[in-house]
Amino acid sequence: MTSKLLKSTALALVVSGAATAATADDLTLCWAAWDPANALIELSKDFEGKSGHDMSFEFVPWTSFADRMLNELNSQGQLCDLMIGDSQWIGAGAENGHYVKLNGFFDANGITMDDFIPATVTGYSEWPKGTPNYWALPAFGDVVGWTYRKDWFERPELQAEFQEKHGRALGVPSSLEELKDIAQFFQGRDIDGTTVYGAAIYTERGSEGITMGVTNALYNYGFLYENPDKPYDVDGFVNSDGAIAGLEYYKELYDTSVPPGSSNWYMGENIDAYRSGQVAMQMNFAFIWPGVEADPNVGGGKSGYFPNPAGPAGQFAQLGGQGISVVAYSEKQDAALEYIQWFAQPEVQSRWWELGGYSALKAVVEDPDFATSQPYAQTFLDSMAIVKDFWADPAYADLLLPMQERVHNYVVAGDGTAKEALDGLVRDWIEVFEDEGKL
Amino acid sequence: MSAFSVTEPSSRTKWGAGILVVAYALITIVPLLWIIATGFKSPTDSIAYPPKVLFEPTLEGYVNLFTDRTRATQDMLDRAGPPQTWYEVIVRKRGTIITGTSRYGERFLNSVIIGFGSTFLCMVLGTAAAYAFSRFRVPLKDDLLFFILSTRMMPPIAVAIPIFLMFRQLGLSDTHLGMILLYTAVNLSLSVWLLKGFIDEIPIEYEEAALIDGYTRFQAFYKVVLPQAATGIASTAIFCLIFAWNEYAFAVLLTSGTAQTAPPFIPTIIGVAGKDWPAVAAGATLFLVPVMVFTILLRKHLLRGITFGAVRK
Amino acid sequence: MPTSPLDKVAHATPRPVARRIRGLTDRAIAWIFVAPTIFLLLAVNIFPLIWTIRLSFTNYRVNRPNRDVEWIGLRNYERILTDPDIWATMQATAHFLIWTIVLQVLIGFALAYLINKKFKGNDLWTTIIVFPMMLSPAVVGNFWTFLYQPQIGLFNYAVAFFTGVEPASFSMIGDVHLAPWAIVIADTWMWTPFVMLICLAGLRSIPDTIYEAAECDRASKWRQFWTITVPMVLPFLMLAVLFRGIENFKMFDLVVQLTGGGPGNTTTLTSIDLKREAFEKWRTGLSSAYAVILFVTVFGLASIYVKALNKVKER
Repeated sequence: MTSKLLKSTALALVVSGAATAATADDLTLCWAAWDPANALIELSKDFEGKSGHDMSFEFVPWTSFADRMLNELNSQGQLCDLMIGDSQWIGAGAENGHYVKLNGFFDANGITMDDFIPATVTGYSEWPKGTPNYWALPAFGDVVGWTYRKDWFERPELQAEFQEKHGRALGVPSSLEELKDIAQFFQGRDIDGTTVYGAAIYTERGSEGITMGVTNALYNYGFLYENPDKPYDVDGFVNSDGAIAGLEYYKELYDTSVPPGSSNWYMGENIDAYRSGQVAMQMNFAFIWPGVEADPNVGGGKSGYFPNPAGPAGQFAQLGGQGISVVAYSEKQDAALEYIQWFAQPEVQSRWWELGGYSALKAVVEDPDFATSQPYAQTFLDSMAIVKDFWADPAYADLLLPMQERVHNYVVAGDGTAKEALDGLVRDWIEVFEDEGKL
Repeated sequence: MSAFSVTEPSSRTKWGAGILVVAYALITIVPLLWIIATGFKSPTDSIAYPPKVLFEPTLEGYVNLFTDRTRATQDMLDRAGPPQTWYEVIVRKRGTIITGTSRYGERFLNSVIIGFGSTFLCMVLGTAAAYAFSRFRVPLKDDLLFFILSTRMMPPIAVAIPIFLMFRQLGLSDTHLGMILLYTAVNLSLSVWLLKGFIDEIPIEYEEAALIDGYTRFQAFYKVVLPQAATGIASTAIFCLIFAWNEYAFAVLLTSGTAQTAPPFIPTIIGVAGKDWPAVAAGATLFLVPVMVFTILLRKHLLRGITFGAVRK
Repeated sequence: MPTSPLDKVAHATPRPVARRIRGLTDRAIAWIFVAPTIFLLLAVNIFPLIWTIRLSFTNYRVNRPNRDVEWIGLRNYERILTDPDIWATMQATAHFLIWTIVLQVLIGFALAYLINKKFKGNDLWTTIIVFPMMLSPAVVGNFWTFLYQPQIGLFNYAVAFFTGVEPASFSMIGDVHLAPWAIVIADTWMWTPFVMLICLAGLRSIPDTIYEAAECDRASKWRQFWTITVPMVLPFLMLAVLFRGIENFKMFDLVVQLTGGGPGNTTTLTSIDLKREAFEKWRTGLSSAYAVILFVTVFGLASIYVKALNKVKER
């Protein structure tokens, strides 16, 4: 009798313990500190209400995001239950066991990757690339594109002058060459009493800035990461004649068309320069566009958007964006999976877009009203169709570092030639691949 | 000191010195004033091209510092109704809506606990050690002193990984105690070295007299040396506080949810597009206040430096 | 081991006094007073250091938890010492170190000397001068990028105002020749007050009687300055240099926020380079070796310096 009572009490305790654990988890979501993160807090209130879990957020600024979060993952920390990690971390996340594999969960809950924009599935979820092994749910689609001062472009006197000089109308450039002409046209020009400059481009050295910028020129001039027929064969592809021309293009842009002092600029600095009316165009990730539209200086129809223009070898744009993953070291994986399940719902995704988050769900972006829902929506769609991403290997950081250094040293500091920079990069990358046992 | 003292500088010298020092002070304060002023600018004015010296002051930066906001959609505005408070009015003007309080307050409190906690601990340990080194024949004294100094030579980045792993093992990771111990350890070298200098200057005759009067060593330390060393302790405390208060590298690597201090947090303050410079400046300005107050309160001690009383009077 | 004047003081403690102590011996008290400090330093500094030394002989990488850790002897050290980039980094560090110290000592000492003239209101102005060093270096770095912006920052406009050059004609952090000076200026702005305070303490520790005696001997002010002021302040000045030297050798937050190490590698100081190896490339073993080399370098330089400092003190 007594033992029976004891047993049932124990059982009740266990059950109630399990029940409280299931209803009152405090989940921590880790992401970068940026505009969309604010929108996600608002969006997540719906989840908190429905599931009973509390959400905490840990946002780290972009320039230290990778350091801080990879440190957390590598030391098997339990800070983050959910991680919206950068697209290039997926290889390390999968191979080093930081992320939970989601295939079983997707199958069990009727989530299919066919519902998401293919580029985002490849970019944010798959490892190895091109295989149906999923480690994340595409959470935030992002891509490098251009913002321009429509109000300046439309001025008749500038239109006339540009027409005379270049024999075509001043408008959205159809090629990178044209973009450079426009940037040079605006460089040093006096507009309403202040000197303005051509374009703000990525030049940042410390994290990933200049790589995210220069690739938009490299891809379109013929740079390839590797031999399409032979993985990790980089010589002759990374430093092909096209790639060299692309790098020289970017340097010429830097030398002739950017604001003085823009030697270490990334997303934030480019936004500041654009908002304060220093530049006619800026290169930046799409996430900033809702903010540009709302800006008192440059928003409300004064700005236009266009995808990265084509070059001689095609039209591509650098992929940004992230997928959301469950961290393998979390003790609250079930609750974290609940969050992903909730996040994947079409209603939640469409509200995500409404709040300024770039949903990657086809149902949202293929909606007939999507393209006209915001001035930049069509540009986002066009850009997402031409994306390319940097290496997503576990060794991505080792591959990024020499690229940052070689490219920055050539473009900004003016060391050596484009060929020397890319030849050097080939040597660095081969060394990394050898070290990793890939060659 | 008498006015006829031969060492008293002439009034012309004083004027000249005064003008030079004031000129330097005015130049050096400009960047600081610029930060404070930026805190009262609107986000647009803060990045004005060319920069604006005169502007219409607003509390937007301070409002943004203490709130989380998101861009408002029409249905959110409908649900929220008209703004109720002055700060909601400011936020709505930007087409945004307050979604909650920011974590600046928490981070600030963490800084207070960790900054003052470690300064206090550092003074207790540092004074004791400095006294011992100053007065007793400690074996291998010079080596120990140099060892203490050497602990400050290691770049934080270099030991961050082992400390990170060690703290995790001991359950000190991301705790106030862990950070207090860490900052105390980093600051001990400075405090022991500075305090030893101060205590060396206190004439040993005082303690001898006290000991002869029947005081124990502890009493002599407590009742004679400590009051004499008060100025030195105060100025050393300022240096330790400034370091612990502002430390960045360890804080960014070792703290996150619970024990994160303000320095790694301030640069993460973001606005609706790009960096919210006024909010960052507001955060930096408020963060400066406690150390500033502490320094001004202890200013006499700081500035009197090592001018210890008795012998010279 | 050279006996410092402090030892002499300790020796001079009269025996009868020592015998007077009830309960604990001086030696026991000394240990009670010193032990907590030593213990804390061992736990928080030396233990991680030993760990770092151990790791420096391996190929361990924190981000490759599945890979076997091998002992690779001195290979990490060899690789670092033969890397020309590291020597460039060392040069950048040396430039930063030397110029910040020279400027801070000159300006800091001059200010302290002037303040010591005890003009009216000197402590108000001293307090104002001290404010920059109370800011967080990360915040300072952050704001100086803002100040150095040729278009929206104050610095170029201020220079333009005084010299008449175009504000947009130069860029402090964008130019490979100016960037090393940009970080020197920001650091000097922030830390000159530290040197000034220590010098001031030194100046005020000089008893007036010495000057009075010199005055009686009809020594000129110039002579008094070189034979009394400078030698008496020198130990303090050297202490200030030691602390600034150590701090700037491991300088990280201010410069990383200010220039990120660029343009090119012109402001990549050793700490920034080390951080790249340790937390970006995640070469834990290699970065540990790097850390040990840096530590040995600064330890070596500092121990020579401290010997000199003790000599100066003894005079």
